[in-house]
This record gives sequence, C-alpha cells and structure tokens, in this order.
Amino acid sequence: MFSYPTVRASFIFLAIALGGLLVADIAITTANPWQDLGRFFLGVATPNFFSTEGLMTALLRTVAFAFVGVTIGSLAGFLLALGYRFLPVRIFCAFIRSIHELFWALIFLQFFGFHPLTGVLAIAIPYSGIFAKVYSEIFEESDPEPGRLLPPGTGSMSAFLYARIPDCWEQIRTYTSYRLECGLRSSAILGFVGLPTLGFYLESSFSQGMYSDAGAMLILFYILIATLPLWVRPKLLPFYILAAPFFLGDGFPIVWGNVERFFTEDIIPAPLRDGEGLAGLSAWFGDVMVTEALPGIWNTIVLTQIALVATGIISLLAFPLISNHFGGPVRRTSGHVLLVIARSTPEYILAYILLQLWGPSMLPAVVALALHNGGIIGHLIGRQTNTIRLRPDAPIGFTRYSWELVPRVYRSFLAFLFYRWEIIMRETAILGILGIYTLGFYVDSAIQNIRFDRAMVLILITALLNIGVDALGRYIRRKLALQTMQTC
Amino acid sequence: MSGFDFHGLTASFNGERVIGPLSLHVNEGEHVALVGQSGAGKSTLIRLLYDRLESEASLIPQGLGLVNALPVFHNVFMGQLDRHPGWYNALTLIRPFRRDRDTIKALLKELEISEKQWIPAAALSGGQRQRVAIARAIYRQAPVLLADEPISALDGPMAHLVMKTLTNRFSTSIIALHDVDMALRYCNRIIGIQDGQIALDEAASSLVASDIMSLY
Repeated sequence: MFSYPTVRASFIFLAIALGGLLVADIAITTANPWQDLGRFFLGVATPNFFSTEGLMTALLRTVAFAFVGVTIGSLAGFLLALGYRFLPVRIFCAFIRSIHELFWALIFLQFFGFHPLTGVLAIAIPYSGIFAKVYSEIFEESDPEPGRLLPPGTGSMSAFLYARIPDCWEQIRTYTSYRLECGLRSSAILGFVGLPTLGFYLESSFSQGMYSDAGAMLILFYILIATLPLWVRPKLLPFYILAAPFFLGDGFPIVWGNVERFFTEDIIPAPLRDGEGLAGLSAWFGDVMVTEALPGIWNTIVLTQIALVATGIISLLAFPLISNHFGGPVRRTSGHVLLVIARSTPEYILAYILLQLWGPSMLPAVVALALHNGGIIGHLIGRQTNTIRLRPDAPIGFTRYSWELVPRVYRSFLAFLFYRWEIIMRETAILGILGIYTLGFYVDSAIQNIRFDRAMVLILITALLNIGVDALGRYIRRKLALQTMQTC
Repeated sequence: MSGFDFHGLTASFNGERVIGPLSLHVNEGEHVALVGQSGAGKSTLIRLLYDRLESEASLIPQGLGLVNALPVFHNVFMGQLDRHPGWYNALTLIRPFRRDRDTIKALLKELEISEKQWIPAAALSGGQRQRVAIARAIYRQAPVLLADEPISALDGPMAHLVMKTLTNRFSTSIIALHDVDMALRYCNRIIGIQDGQIALDEAASSLVASDIMSLY
C-alpha cells in the first residue's frame, strides 16, 4: 500500500498532524461545556424570529454587502483576467487574495471607519483577485479553434467578444453565482468586526445568552443560502445589483484626515516615525518577529496541519451520507441537510459558537474548520460517487466503501484537500481574532493597541505564508498528478 | 502563370515526419481534391496550406470550430469580423443589422438551413453544423477555399448541393475528400496523398475511380 505516492503523502501529513496534536493547546476550559451546548441547541430548536427588529435589517445588509462586493469584485476580476498573462498582474492578484476579507475590513476600519465602503472593499478586493485567477483559467480552457479561424485583421475586442466570451459564458455565470454564496458568508462574518451584518447581531445575542435569537439568525441564514437559486434569477439580477447599494446603510461619514494620517503616519514603522533610523528599524523588526510573528506563524501552521487532516477525515466519513451507494432516501436526505448546514455555516461563526461553549483553545478552531471544509469536500466527493457505476454483484456496506469507492475517489479527494489547504490556512490565521494564538490574534491585538505599523507587518507575513502554502499545495498536486477544480 | 506556390511543406508529430517535404503548385481556377487513406496526412496538409495562405483562404476544418453558445447567424457573421469596426461587431452581437441579416439569410437559404438562423450551434445536428461552417467559409469571401472533409456528415442530395455551391462560390479550392466519386465529379484535379507524400497528381478527366482506389 505504501508504494502508492498518494498513500505515502497521506501518511506523512497524518504524522505531521499527530505531531502537531502533541504540541497544540487542545482543551475544553469551560465548567459546563455540554450544558451550554445543550442550551444552544435548545435555542436553535426554539428560534425567536421577533425579538429584535434588527434581525431583518441585518439580513438585508448582509445581502446588500454581498451583492455590491461580489459585483465589484467580479467586474474588477474580469478586467484583471484580461491581463493575467503578465507576471505583475498575477503577483498582484495572488497578493490581494491572500489577505482575508476580515483583515481587509480591519485595515479599512482604521481610516474609513464604519462607512459602507469598508465592508464593500473588504469583500471586493480579495474577491477580484480570486475572480481574476478563475476567469483566466476558464478563458484558457475555452476552445481556441474558433479564434484561429477568424479572418486575419479582426480586432482583438471583436475576437474576444465572439470567439472567447460566448464559449466561457456558462462557466463564468456558474462560478460567479457560486461565488455569490461565498460572498454571503463573507458578508455575514464582517459583522464580527462591527459592520451591521448578521455576525454583529449573532455576537450580541450570544454575549447576552439569547440563544433563541442566535438560533433564529442561523436558521434564516441557512434558508437564505439554500433558496439562493430561487430568488437569484438572471432576470432579477440587474434589479438586485442596482438596488443593493441603497441598502448598505449609512454608517458613519469618512473622516479624510484619518485616511491621510493612516498612510503618512500610522503605518510607518515606529522607529522611522521617531527618527531612530535603520538601526532602530532592525531592532523593532526583530522584536515584532520574535514576540509576535514567530509564535503566530508557529501556531498558525500547527493548527492548519491538524485542521487539514481533520478535514480529510471528516470528508471521508461524510461522503457516504449523500452517496447513492449506501442507505435509503431518508438517510440521504438527512445527510444532505447535515452537509448543507456544515458547509453553509462560515467556519468563523462555527468557531465563534464553539469557542463560547468550550472556552478558548485550539479545539473549537479545529472542529469548526474540519466541519465546514469537510462538509464541502464530503459533498463534492459524495456527488462524484453518484456517477460511479459498480458491477451488479459488488460488495455492500463497509467492504463497498473501503474497496470499491474510496480507492476510486481518493485522488480527487486529495486534490480538493490540497486545494483547500491554502483556504484553511487563511481561515486559521483569521480565527486568531477570536482569541486563539494564531497570526490573527497578534494582528488584532496590535490594532487594539493602536500599533498599525506592527499590524501591517503581521498581515504582510500572513499573506506571504498563504502564498507559500498555495505554491506548496500546487507543487504537491502536480507531483501527485491530481486534477483540481475550484471551490471556495 | 498566376496561382499559388507552396515549397518545402513539412510537418512532424512527436518527432515523426507526417508530411513532406513536398512542393505543390495550384493554379487559379483549379478545384483540387486531396484523396488518400485516413492518417495519410490530408488534414495536416490542409493546415499547412492554411498557415501559408492565411488571409487569402477560407478554412473549413474537420472540427468545424463553431462557437456552440452562439446562434447560427453569429457563427456565419464571424467570417467577416475583420470588415467592421469593434462597435459594429459588438452591436451585432446584441442586435444584428438588417443588411447582414438579409445577406446571411439568403446564404443559409441556399444551404437549406435558413430556419435555424437563430438557433445556437450547440442545438444543431452534425450535418447542420457542417453547413454552418460552410456558410461561414463562403461568407468570408476569400479567394481560396481550404476544406477538410466538408461533406462527411451530409447525405446524398445535400452533399451534391454543398459541393456544387462550394465549387461555384470559390474560384480556387483544395478539398480533402474520402468520397472518390464526389472528388471526380466536382474537382478538376486529383492529388493522392500516401505516407505524407504526393503519390498521384492528375487531371480528374484522365482518371476513373479504380485508379484512385489503389491508394487505399
């Protein structure tokens, strides 16, 4: 079995994760974790849709921010995709998408304040980087023959409009609408840094112990995402896009003095600001590295590796839930519901809830990341097994699972997992804002202490780490010859 | 003498020579049929000739190269994208101009698919798709036609109609055909390809079907 490179790679990653568990801080620190969990589930079972009028506003704002952010992101991404063959454009896109939406929000909050622009840009900027990459991949995969047959002298715009766009249109449309779903999740969690979306109301209900209110919000959020195909219709889309900017709320006006100060003073490293020169700068940078960056990087990597393997295990356990090869229609329907909930709850919200219930440690983060990402991969793999035709006398039960199905889907399973590696790391870093000692924790505390220079250095380090893991993931996928497909 | 001269045509695939080196002269007004076994290098030769002629030739490749998502009208219109400014083409994508609609409609009528004018190419049958590619090549109005098995998916009467139209519309043509009778009937020069070389080059009037069969 160990002669297969995919199996060897899997066991190497498993060993790394087990090693990580030894050094990681995994514990339940609250006095009554199960009682709190029970109260939370009771709250979800008895949702209260009418306690605050703020709920509907929050829902509306969540949708509005998602629409405006994703629309701008897709337009900018489309333009960037046209120039994607130029290296500087590719580097620029890789950089802006390696910084998480919440980090962008934290940056813009410092100078735009609670202005709608903060939330819009926080979604639009990283999304345009992702759109640029995926759109350019779609363009590349389109049939080049019609373009080759055009009469010489055809303008490049005409050639693009006729020979490229129509062929890619369906894929672009599918991916963009799928991305809108991701945009709704991003928009919801922006509330955790104070923007008026669902996360904000979820956090305040939780902190007051109003689990029924929190439950109502979660249920409405699931309904919103599950019914997306019903209310997002191509014909209605222009209406939504035009209307959305008017539902972002007013927020607070932008103080332009703050914007100027942010760029000319706040983010300039302290020693330079105080005129201590290069010697002061290197001492300052050394201090940031030793006291904040290195512990942050270490914890981020440890948590990412554990969460990656946990995601893999959950995916492999979860895909039979929706596979046609097992169980009856009842079990498959409940399996679908379970996986929809797992993948439409943003990992940030899952981690937040678990952290409230179990207290701060790496455990809630690992469970949240594994449930969310495992739900996504389990869903994709389960759907893939439904296209497999087994011989009529194929074994059933566990033998069917382990001998017939897993070997057939294992390569695409690994492809998805390594594709999500970078996403898991980006999320791991951001979960630090909730109080786990990953990079996000140090970014957040630097901002709390009004040391934006440090925060910017840490965000840059996080971005480089993500770019590095992305490259490593792509290298491993190529080495193992794994085919991939975009997920978010 | 006016015409088209091709010298030193060669092509390799994975380091293996599939065509040539060969030279070829085609006179204006000639309709040349390329015949030979499948795999003899006919398609590759057509490609090579297209690369040499480029702006002077309309090409109907075996794969047709249609844009599946676009209606028949736009697929045909693509043959003249170079003759209009960008804004004109962009507008045509949304709402075609009357003039172009009429021209293309007449052309499609000639090929008996005018009722499909606004149907996406993806929804057509193989024979219909082939005629769309043929209409596009005619619409381009290049002096030379290069066609790779343009009637492979058409039945008897339709195949004759198309061959007649093509040889009328283009003064000069080079057409790869596997149907020997068609080649003898509509072309005036037959070139037989074997192992990437010219194995036969005669006027059609001096040949009968059995002379060509020796190539197969």
